[in-house]
Amino acid sequence: MEKTPQTLPRDSWTFSPEINAEIRRAAETGIYDIRGGGAKRRVPHFDDLLFLGASMSRYPLEGYREKCDTSVTLGTRFAKKPIELKIPVTIAGMSFGALSGPAKEALGRGATMAGTSTTTGDGGMTDEERGHSEKLVYQYLPSRYGMNPDDLRRADAIEIVVGQGAKPGGGGMLLGQKITERVANMRNLPVGIDQRSACRHPDWTGPDDLEIKILEIREITNWEKPIYIKIGGARPYYDTALAVKAGADVVVLDGMQGGTAATQDVFIEHVGQPTLACIRPAVKALQDLGMHRKVQLVVSGGIRTGADVAKALALGADAVAIGTAALVALGENDPKWAAEYTKLGTTADAYDDWHEGRDPAGITTQDPELMKRLDPVEAARKLRNYLAVLTLECQTIARACGKSHVHNLEPEDLCALTIEAAAMAGVPLAGTSWIPGQGGF
Amino acid sequence: MQTIDMATTPLRELNSALQAQAENTNQTQWVIENPKGAHAVAVGLDAPIEVTVKGSTGYYCAGMNKQATVHVTGSAGPGVAENMMSGTVIIEGDASQYAGATGHGGLLVIKGNASSRCGISMKGIDIVVYGNVGHMSAFMAQSGNLVVCGDAGDALGDSLYEARLFVRGSVKSLGADCIEKEMRPEHLEILRDLLARAGSDAKPEEFKRYGSARKLYNFHVDHAGAY
Repeated sequence: MEKTPQTLPRDSWTFSPEINAEIRRAAETGIYDIRGGGAKRRVPHFDDLLFLGASMSRYPLEGYREKCDTSVTLGTRFAKKPIELKIPVTIAGMSFGALSGPAKEALGRGATMAGTSTTTGDGGMTDEERGHSEKLVYQYLPSRYGMNPDDLRRADAIEIVVGQGAKPGGGGMLLGQKITERVANMRNLPVGIDQRSACRHPDWTGPDDLEIKILEIREITNWEKPIYIKIGGARPYYDTALAVKAGADVVVLDGMQGGTAATQDVFIEHVGQPTLACIRPAVKALQDLGMHRKVQLVVSGGIRTGADVAKALALGADAVAIGTAALVALGENDPKWAAEYTKLGTTADAYDDWHEGRDPAGITTQDPELMKRLDPVEAARKLRNYLAVLTLECQTIARACGKSHVHNLEPEDLCALTIEAAAMAGVPLAGTSWIPGQGGF
Repeated sequence: MQTIDMATTPLRELNSALQAQAENTNQTQWVIENPKGAHAVAVGLDAPIEVTVKGSTGYYCAGMNKQATVHVTGSAGPGVAENMMSGTVIIEGDASQYAGATGHGGLLVIKGNASSRCGISMKGIDIVVYGNVGHMSAFMAQSGNLVVCGDAGDALGDSLYEARLFVRGSVKSLGADCIEKEMRPEHLEILRDLLARAGSDAKPEEFKRYGSARKLYNFHVDHAGAY
């Protein structure tokens, strides 16, 4: 028989091996895929922006000699005791329960060494965390697990969580493997159940109620604590405006790349907007209300480098928050555990089954043996180093743009590499003066 | 007895005075006049004092209460005694939505009716309602006791955990995973004690008990329709 030329095997783009594998998994188990982390798909991001730098028309600052301030004060609107941070990078809310006790301690220690704040999560405040965090933001969530007036008063700020970038409109989830006795006790739940906490607050509905809720919290805490409102990247213009109306001191805005301890993959990848798309509408809402820099804006969701920090600030944020990056700095997804990641059917960098509590790095777990793998002091030092690098990188860029404070970075310092990023960030496409969408979205 | 008139005293001053009371204070009796529906009245208290509010309150009266006894002679707006830790809150009239929401302890007595979501997400609080409760009461209730001497609205105890629900009258419908359970002697004892502490003359034997079927505690595809 004469051999005829054959075509190469060709995978379908629509029915890719990844998609087919998911169809088979769904057919086998009857349940959606649950995982941790934020959106994994490629979306327009800070990488699609560039700083222009100084030249003939702009005067740069000397890299090692001229001051470039990085301090930021959060909560200047109503709170008697605003939060003073040395750097514009904070640690985002992550729960004890989702994370081990030593991991929470490491976050507190690292943040404290760097002069910034850390944040509790869905599950209440632990003594370790309070003790090791010089500035601790206490999250006020729909579940109210462990909520009590004493912790409210020993917090440095209170963050009312309305939404989260990974799952705007979704509630918390912590599966049975991680509901150990201590976690169960703090949350007042039976040990080992799959905990699905509510997506709406139990005692207020909408911004008019929230305004009264904030009054109550301020009355309980003597009007001392800054009150943040955290929103997911849903409708950033209106959500920010309503947060201001409800009386927020600070708005925390989390885009879709922001992580979660556990939620449905379909939720993470298909609900909410990219961080880049959220910042300008939020800043515009603040500007329209005359509240930009009066109500501070903290942006989170996919911040990894000092360039990301600088770009978020240039677009109008007052500070950023990191979650996933902070965990990686502590040691999450470290290739040194490659063999164990392989046993779990994944790779070090792809590992996202944080909800299963089998984390080889000993961070997203309640397993006493795995937890021992994280030395909180050593991990804290790494986090401190990483925060220092983010800050130095951000300063490098700010000086190159001629700014003596990182807050002086502005959209005019930026251009975009893609039309999409130009439209979202409201800065010109590189090499042009074209800002797509300007004059009406 | 200390009297504070809200017609002339700002809310901040009122709450500061009440919150300033220490464990061993000798100023144990307080009367608040002219609340006129004000929000956040007598919140964040943490001393064994007795506060009588003469009139009706707005949102979150006695929020996060510890130790204190707060007695409202009128009706209470949404979220009365929300997240109460301990102490007693008594409402002579009706209570609006989310009464006793997320309460961790203490006793809330509502002598009139309570609106929807009474005892939502309760975490150890005891609530006794002389009248009826609205829909979605004890939604996701984790622990504690809800006693309803009248009727309960739709979807009672939806997605509840280990809270005990006692209803004397009718239940319009039960929520997901909530079922009627056997009333055993130990439950009658709990109920008798609660009714006595709430000053109700209802008979424990007239009540039915409801609780969690525990079918939604861990996900199973065959129960997916119940979520």
